[in-house]
Amino acid sequence: MRGYGALISARFRTLLQYRSAAIVGFTTQIFFGLIFVMVFEAFFESSSLPQPMSEPDVITYIWLGQAFIMMLPWNVDRDLQALVRSGGVVYELLRPMDVYTAWFSRAIALRTAPAIMRSIPLLVIATLLFDMSGPDSLAAGLAFGVTMIGAILLSCAITNFISITLMWTISGEGVSGFAPAIVMVFSGMIVPIPFFPEWAQTIIRILPFSGLVDTPYRLYLGHLPASDLGLLFGHQLLWTFAFILLGRWMLSRGLRRLTVQGG
Amino acid sequence: MNIVNNTYVYFRFLEISVRGQMQYRVSFVMLSFAHFLTTVVEFVAVLVLFDRFGSLKGWELAEVAFMYGIVNIAFSISDAATRGFDVFGTMVKSGDFDRLLTRPRSTALQLAGQELTLRRVGRFIQGLAILIWAANALEIDWTVMKVGLVIFAVFGGAALFAGLIVIQATLAFWATESLEVMNSLTYGGVFATSYPVTIYRTWFQNFFIFFVPLATISYFPTLAILGRTDALGTPLAFQYLCPLIGFTFLALTLQFWRFGVKHYRSTGS
Repeated sequence: MRGYGALISARFRTLLQYRSAAIVGFTTQIFFGLIFVMVFEAFFESSSLPQPMSEPDVITYIWLGQAFIMMLPWNVDRDLQALVRSGGVVYELLRPMDVYTAWFSRAIALRTAPAIMRSIPLLVIATLLFDMSGPDSLAAGLAFGVTMIGAILLSCAITNFISITLMWTISGEGVSGFAPAIVMVFSGMIVPIPFFPEWAQTIIRILPFSGLVDTPYRLYLGHLPASDLGLLFGHQLLWTFAFILLGRWMLSRGLRRLTVQGG
Repeated sequence: MNIVNNTYVYFRFLEISVRGQMQYRVSFVMLSFAHFLTTVVEFVAVLVLFDRFGSLKGWELAEVAFMYGIVNIAFSISDAATRGFDVFGTMVKSGDFDRLLTRPRSTALQLAGQELTLRRVGRFIQGLAILIWAANALEIDWTVMKVGLVIFAVFGGAALFAGLIVIQATLAFWATESLEVMNSLTYGGVFATSYPVTIYRTWFQNFFIFFVPLATISYFPTLAILGRTDALGTPLAFQYLCPLIGFTFLALTLQFWRFGVKHYRSTGS
């Protein structure tokens, strides 16, 4: 257990070194956030139909999304990808660690360090300049905190699943090329889930991706009652568990037929 | 080194790149299909919003879809053609760029000819399908001029996006973190200018009209084709001519590129 902890903290500290990437990312997220906000503003001005979310709620939802975008399983661990390509993955097998857990530990660092670096300045700026508001109540804030932990675990399980699929594709453009769009749309990152047609919402709420974005953000807004926390957190954990099982199974198959390149 | 010869060399480069990619035909088909699905999912956002709100400041879904189609086709062409510039940053770091300098052709030509990324056909087909659907739904009365304008806008747009990627590559001479900033301009630009530019606040409109002039290849030509009057008051002739700005933009960025090459110092490795 101590080994994995050390791995997380070492990766975490390495990733914290990419400060200029974080600054660049910060401006990118501000830019995208403003575009999203303005598109929604224009839509709200165009229609007097009753909407499933108020405009201020949508704005806060958008900024939360931009702040925590690095938490989503939208990219693979580049170092891991390089290891698979170069054949260096064989060293991973020599370590006295469970490969899946070791990779999961790396994923935890990958999904937290960059997210923390970007989210803090972005949340401050969005609150000061761009009408982002705080959690609806203390209970909403707490429920948000709990489900953000659930979202990180789920994101790590999906990240690991994507990383493991790299063992089957050389270009790294298979599942990893396809995953970001699915994650972005069905998590609520591009359009908050309540805006989808009712029939689609039923499906999207069952799918794992809503647990990454929509669940914590709507709890934050009080748009979902904090009393639903148990059910929502359960949904996140269930999918996390499912992705872990799937990932483990694929990894064991992948390692059995692993052919190492290079020499 | 006249234009004919350069064009010949360029198409030889592309031929080789295409032949290389066709060695992995199954992989090509699968990647293109995945790319197609990915971009289709992006359009879901537009559908969802129109489904909820009905219209966008006087614009209907089909009208916005038309613009979306033009922007996406343009972007897919530039994305396929400029792969060489896209990976340029790593060439500078590794010193591989030096090899290009020793060859008797311009560096821009060599980079442009490095790869024609065929799987980008996924986004191209998506954009084309949406454009055709939108044109049908809008019952546009097509004239030769209008068809010409669509093609002009698409290539003007491809040139403009290519210009953005050339800027990104040129910045790699001085900075290593330039990539993501430019990505936000290209991908953010595709997203933003799929909607009529007039829906945005004034400073943002000006940004996409004067600074990164993507509105000139989506918003203005679409007005001319749909026969709408411009809320910004531009005349029809301007709407027909403005995709030229895309080509001008590319020409200017290539000047910037030449400036960068001139001041290039190898890493020596």
